[in-house]
Amino acid sequence: MLKNKKLAGAVVSEKTNIPNKKIEENGLPGIRMESRDLTVKYGTVTGVKNISLPICNEKVTALIGPSGCGKTTFLRSLNRMHDITRNATVSGEVLLDGRNIYHPKVNPVDIRRKVGIIFQKPTPFPTMSIFNNVVAGLKLVGIKNKKLLNEVCERALKQAALFDEVKDRLNSPGGSLSGGQQQRLSIARALAIEPEVILMDEPTSSLDPQSSSKIEDLIHELKKNYAIVIVTHNLQQAGRVSDNTGFFYLGELVEFGETEKIYTNPANKRTEEYLTGKFG
Amino acid sequence: MKNFSEHKTLWQRNLWDRFMVALLTFSTIMVMLPLLIIIGYVVVNGISALNWDLFTQELGSPARAMQGKSTGLIHTMLGTAVVDLLAIIIAAPVGLGAGIMLSEYPDHKLNPILRVINDTLNGMPAILKGLLAFALIVKPMGTFSGLSGGFALAFVMIPIIARSTESALMSIPWSIREAGLAIGLPRWRVVLSTVMPAARTGLVTGFLIAFARAAGEAAPLMFTSFGNNYLPNHWTGMILGPVDTLPQRLYSLAISPYKEWHELGWAAGIVLLGFVVTLFIIARMLTREKNYD
Repeated sequence: MLKNKKLAGAVVSEKTNIPNKKIEENGLPGIRMESRDLTVKYGTVTGVKNISLPICNEKVTALIGPSGCGKTTFLRSLNRMHDITRNATVSGEVLLDGRNIYHPKVNPVDIRRKVGIIFQKPTPFPTMSIFNNVVAGLKLVGIKNKKLLNEVCERALKQAALFDEVKDRLNSPGGSLSGGQQQRLSIARALAIEPEVILMDEPTSSLDPQSSSKIEDLIHELKKNYAIVIVTHNLQQAGRVSDNTGFFYLGELVEFGETEKIYTNPANKRTEEYLTGKFG
Repeated sequence: MKNFSEHKTLWQRNLWDRFMVALLTFSTIMVMLPLLIIIGYVVVNGISALNWDLFTQELGSPARAMQGKSTGLIHTMLGTAVVDLLAIIIAAPVGLGAGIMLSEYPDHKLNPILRVINDTLNGMPAILKGLLAFALIVKPMGTFSGLSGGFALAFVMIPIIARSTESALMSIPWSIREAGLAIGLPRWRVVLSTVMPAARTGLVTGFLIAFARAAGEAAPLMFTSFGNNYLPNHWTGMILGPVDTLPQRLYSLAISPYKEWHELGWAAGIVLLGFVVTLFIIARMLTREKNYD
């Protein structure tokens, strides 16, 4: 428990000076995370194979492609969510700040504190209040400092553009919020532990257009401080929010590059066909 | 295209529908009938023996009842409470742990073995569990005791609690666990702080059902807690010495040759019935309160 306390405390306080330092160590300016020859298998079925893809600081990386092409599988491998998936095996490397997160000595819990993930469906913890939902990642590892928790809660809710809507009812259950609010609550909860990278798995697919646009604004805001990876089926959305785009097809990364280039002048024929609606 | 309704006329389908409903009603009555007969019979026969003495006096020797002196089953009721509480204290942590293992660690090597063992234990006759407690505790202690009875009943409770815990936890969506892991919580913490609170009514219901099931067992107690006609001199006698319990006292009163004791047996039946039915009703009410999404 003590160890965890220290860990969480460090994450909270050191945040501001992490990026620059880590980039220097890494020697690759701008690259926060990188997958190298990453292959994920479910039993004998291959989810994704040989994916090599960089994830840059202060950039939004969009992953697009038809259903079942492995976007989500790839995304979940970036913070070791496959560890609890039955039969899933991961080979290859994922580097975070130059270190392989699949190294046997690395604790997946530490990785998940640095690489946050937001799921397709909002998942507030059903028995917790809004406040406790937001600070769950700190409170449940033993941080009891009320003042710190209050500060973190307010900051995270503000970052997630939810604070004004819920500030008067922080003690009501998280499940009492609307779907769009719950999704922003999930985002606030992920931001509360100050990750370095944020993964988003179709964060707006279950939301109405108004809530979706709020979350898109949020992504624009967040990318100033974080590296963001977003999986989306909405090509317009990918075009609007992302700086880099990766096109996945049948478990392979077909093309990766700057969004503008991919959208206007894709190098691969299949990318062009997908973007122009000829298949998928 | 042939319309479906052309196959059967409307009144034919209505007739068929009525027949099915009648069949279901009949089945429902057949399910309820034994319960109503048991409750009715026990209450009709035992109600005359229900009096204040029953809840304040100990049983004593048969002569006491035959001479018309006041007798009761206070020592039996207290003994039941002690033995059943001991059992739940022993069984709850073990059953809960096994249930968490079954539900939360499906990949663990021991999981399939645990499942088979648990199901076997659940199907094993209760009297064998009494035999086990006899060998493990009564023999070394050299005396029948409430403690050994508690263990025997705990063996009855454990597989039930394990299974109910498993199903209560499984009813919580997997996404909740992923959400917990995603914010960097260790797996045990996710189970303890997010999954178990969400499943709490299901967990409590499982405990109550296991408790009520075990509270009605007589066989495993006959050679563990053994029975006792008197209140022990000191409360520790309830744990370390032979102690009376309702189901097993009911049995010994019923096979006794004394008419007065037969009546007392029916009264014991009412008390046991009331005890178990109350527990089941509480369990039902708790399940119904479950209303999160």
